[in-house]
Amino acid sequence: MLEALRLALAVAGKDIRAELRSRTALLSATVFAALVLVVFNFARDPTALAAVDLAPSVLWVTFALAAMVALNRAFTIERENAALDGLLLAPVPREAIFLGKLLANLAFVGTVEAITLPLFVLFFNVNLGAALPGILGVTALATIGFVAVGTIFSAMAVRTRFAELMLPVLLLPFMVPPLIGAVQATARLLSDRPLSEVMGWLRLLALYDVVFVTLCMLVFPAVVDE
Amino acid sequence: MTLPTAGPRLVRRGLVICALALLGLAGVYVLAIGYTPVEARQGLAQKIFYLHVPAAWCALLAFSLVGLSSALYLWLHDARLDRFAAASAEVGVAFSAVMLTTGPIWAKPIWGTWWTWDARLTLTLFLFFLFIGYLALRAALVDPAERARFSAVVGILGMLLVPFIHLSVYLFRTLHPQPVVLKPSAPSLPPEMLQTLLASVAVFTLLYIGLVTARYGIALAEEAREAADAA
Repeated sequence: MLEALRLALAVAGKDIRAELRSRTALLSATVFAALVLVVFNFARDPTALAAVDLAPSVLWVTFALAAMVALNRAFTIERENAALDGLLLAPVPREAIFLGKLLANLAFVGTVEAITLPLFVLFFNVNLGAALPGILGVTALATIGFVAVGTIFSAMAVRTRFAELMLPVLLLPFMVPPLIGAVQATARLLSDRPLSEVMGWLRLLALYDVVFVTLCMLVFPAVVDE
Repeated sequence: MTLPTAGPRLVRRGLVICALALLGLAGVYVLAIGYTPVEARQGLAQKIFYLHVPAAWCALLAFSLVGLSSALYLWLHDARLDRFAAASAEVGVAFSAVMLTTGPIWAKPIWGTWWTWDARLTLTLFLFFLFIGYLALRAALVDPAERARFSAVVGILGMLLVPFIHLSVYLFRTLHPQPVVLKPSAPSLPPEMLQTLLASVAVFTLLYIGLVTARYGIALAEEAREAADAA
């Protein structure tokens, strides 16, 4: 168990190192998220709708789109020079490879989210205040679930003819439960409701994470093994 | 190795079943118009019920069988299960389309709106999207073994997604005020209506079997042709 975790961290470390050396993907994904926020600001009628009413939806649609861009590259880098074959030949259990890729994707998406959140506060004039820890928790719970499913689909999508299109078509239905939960919980937390009021949603998000992380780990060998 | 004639034979068999089902469907039309009483509150709009409910039943049946055969495929690696899942998904899309078009036609006069984000409506819409995604993935993959494995993964994940969508949409609705356009509670059915509905469900299920058989035969024929081309 501990050995599998060490191997998973090694796989994740490889991805993170590769990303930090170029930083292009991280930079593009962050700029993309910032642009989505800016576009959203002009996509509403400021006299009819206050920014704060739209804020939770804007935040989560931005996170979802940014995650999609980030996940698209997760296995594209493995495809170049058949890097995935090398990874599969290494004496590492498939589950550890999946966990490593998942951790690297989480680090990547998490970084984009961490940069987007202050921009969101700035652009939409939201007062986070006491809601910050709750929102960070909701973000973590929702992100883990759809990044797990996205990691599997990214591994499949790179083998198809329209990879960039295939990933969103497959992944968006799977983003619906986490997004509904996250938007509802964020809206309540932003209007200073107590944490107890969003417990139902948090439970749903946690259940989704447990079910899909486990399931994705179980079916991952079917995706990579010939 | 399957015989090259097995595919066309299955297609013919499937088409015969479909023809029988279509004859039965004509009978259902006659029953729905001539035999069943006109519903007191909804009037003639209620007649669409005899098509909408059986189509929804077949769509759900098709989807459950895709999920089930996907799970079995990853376990047994039997190409027949993959062929069946693909056929069932394709036929399921057709039935979902019937369900999603007859629903709004009924809803407009009765609910006063084409669409509401009711839990059941949302769920079936996402079933439709999942089916489409499943088929899009199949179409975008060339290697048959890879296509079978990948689509089985999507089938299994999709099956588990359904309860989550249902749960989240349900929570979404119960935490919110109910919409003004109320859904009438289903009245207990008079025997004529129930008999017609059951007949229609049987006919639609037969149609499902016929279409899946024909589609399965087409897949077999395609494989035989590819094998012949390769040889």
